Amino acid sequence: MFRPVNFAGANVRPEACPPSVADGPHIQETARQLMKILVPVKRVVDYNVKVRVKSDGTGVETAGVKMSMNPFDEIAVEEAVRLKEKGVASEVIAVSLGVAACQETIRTALAMGADRGILVESDAELQPLAVAKMLKAIVEKEDARLVILGKQAIDDDMSATGQMLAALLGWPQGTFASKVTIEGGSMTVVREVDGGLETVVLTLPAIITTDLRLNEPRYASLPNIMKARKKTIDTMKPADLGVDPAPRLTVVKVEEPAKRQAGRKVASVAELVDKLRNEAKVI
Amino acid sequence: MTALVLIDHEAGAIKQPSRSAIAAAAQLGEVHALVAGSGVQAAADAAAKLPGVTKVILADAPAYANALAEPLAALLVALAPAYSHLMAATTANGKNVMPRVAALLDSQPISDIAAVVDADTFVRPIYAGNAMATVKSSDAKKVITVRAASFDPVASEGGSASIEAAPAADAPATSRWLSAELSKSERPELTAARVVVSGGRGMQSGDNFKLIDPIADKLGAAVGASRAAVDAGFVPNDFQVGQTGKIVAPELYIAIGISGAIQHLAGMKDSKVIVAINKDEEAPIFQVADYGLVADLFVALPELAAELERG
Ligand SMILES: Cc1cc2nc3c(=O)[nH]c(=O)nc-3n(C[C@H](O)[C@H](O)[C@H](O)COP(=O)(O)OP(=O)(O)OC[C@H]3O[C@@H](n4cnc5c(N)ncnc54)[C@H](O)[C@@H]3O)c2cc1C
Ligand SMILES: Nc1ncnc2c1ncn2[C@@H]1O[C@H](COP(=O)(O)O)[C@@H](O)[C@H]1O
Repeated sequence: MFRPVNFAGANVRPEACPPSVADGPHIQETARQLMKILVPVKRVVDYNVKVRVKSDGTGVETAGVKMSMNPFDEIAVEEAVRLKEKGVASEVIAVSLGVAACQETIRTALAMGADRGILVESDAELQPLAVAKMLKAIVEKEDARLVILGKQAIDDDMSATGQMLAALLGWPQGTFASKVTIEGGSMTVVREVDGGLETVVLTLPAIITTDLRLNEPRYASLPNIMKARKKTIDTMKPADLGVDPAPRLTVVKVEEPAKRQAGRKVASVAELVDKLRNEAKVI
Repeated sequence: MTALVLIDHEAGAIKQPSRSAIAAAAQLGEVHALVAGSGVQAAADAAAKLPGVTKVILADAPAYANALAEPLAALLVALAPAYSHLMAATTANGKNVMPRVAALLDSQPISDIAAVVDADTFVRPIYAGNAMATVKSSDAKKVITVRAASFDPVASEGGSASIEAAPAADAPATSRWLSAELSKSERPELTAARVVVSGGRGMQSGDNFKLIDPIADKLGAAVGASRAAVDAGFVPNDFQVGQTGKIVAPELYIAIGISGAIQHLAGMKDSKVIVAINKDEEAPIFQVADYGLVADLFVALPELAAELERG
């Protein structure tokens, strides 16, 4: 069904790996065991844009605003492509849910090295619960054994979809990952937590959500952008996946946050300390 | 209407963000606290003293030892029938567990609320806090994480709740905790400190962060950082302040060699007083700073340490 390019070590059993590659890829015995990885990629307002609240309070201005792949999803695509390059994965499938223009986001993932794409087209707002349900349907249809998501979409700042998908599938989750090692039927995930780092071991199939330090995503080269044009993107609708995408949260209003007044410049360290002591009275 | 709040605790003490989550829950009605872990009677005793908590549910079992999401979510789902709201602070733990609970209850989580309007309606920041959305939930059970910086924590003493053992819940064994590498520090925690001093790419190296130490010592401050400083390896990941790091709102925030990107501002712009030290007078951080000092930090920091020392 598939033939990964870098298949050289396919007959090497994990236990036969020389110690020097103990940290590297552990190549599965047979191609059958290589897994498909699903990578959900969200189209969001580019991280450099300072969004403006619409004057009617219904949302933020997105017309004419630069859109990009959610930065955490670039990290997810990179990780998936690396796992394929290491011979751990057979295929990387990029999935985006949203308006037709999400095609572009999928193309970006394909140019980075994903093999094919799935677009779940919907003009209606999709919230994480609905997204997770649709992703579950796709995971089951594709028989994927690993899903790598971003830890957070920088538009809704929910940080929820990966955990929800894990719950719906009954899979373990490795959220906020900064290092991932796959060996046999399990996966070791180093997680960024409030106090530092934590390491967990998950039985595959499983979910990962990416944190900033997991990797540095590659730039798509021109030849790869050209190649990506020939890769297939299947399009479907939420109803095809049997999911009712109706939002559970209605937006009552969207407002500007409280504005901060720019203060003033001080001329010296001595003046600064004096102001903090005698004017602001915070030290 | 009763809310159940999942408590973050460590060494028998309740973490400050959880005390803020209790404060948010108290705006909704009766509050119960869930303390889960292994050998955590002391934490349950501490939770029973939180004002506003009327009952503590103690789940003391090896399966809960390291707050793995899979068993904790199963536990919360088992307890859910008695509650209208399931809540936690927006901590690494809360963010890990609560959406999993929500999915199992077929509920859309309401992440990182900054205000409670009514039992169904909440205000939450979106787009790195550049907009505040008021959202109304139609789900029967609300699953909520609470932005600690937006709610004054309840006191640690004053209450006297009863403690009850949690019923056994199934604990999926698909995940296993292996180890942790936690930053050790004598300083207050970032999200609980009255003063935070953060360094950015302008610090140039991890070694140079030592220039901040005497200042932080003198002010009893926590030390934070921008993403650039963390990515460059100057300081560990848990120092990161911002949209995708920690959200802080101390009395005093001092940003040193930090330009003031949207993502950094998202984590600190609700601080009461902001000071910026930057050699570039055009740096965006000055647009939110109450006091800005245009200076080379390598000159200004030793001066600041000396000036504070002079007292
Ligand atoms: C998905 C995503 C999430 C992100 N999340 C976060 C987040 O949570 N937190 C965060 O902070 N960032 C985050 N960022 C990164 C953010 O966009 C900025 O890149 C980052 O905040 C910049 O850090 P900085 O200000 O230290 O570095 P720079 O922008 O490089 O600024 C360095 C500053 O130091 C000053 N300087 C240099 N030398 C000196 C000197 N000798 N004396 C005085 N001043 C000096 C310079 O004038 C400059 O203003 C995120 C980005 C993305 C894409
Ligand atoms: N509409 C979507 N299309 C594709 N992926 C999505 C979508 N919504 C969420 N995701 C994935 O879920 C992650 C977390 O999103 P969120 O829970 O909204 O913060 C993102 O980084 C994506 O990987």
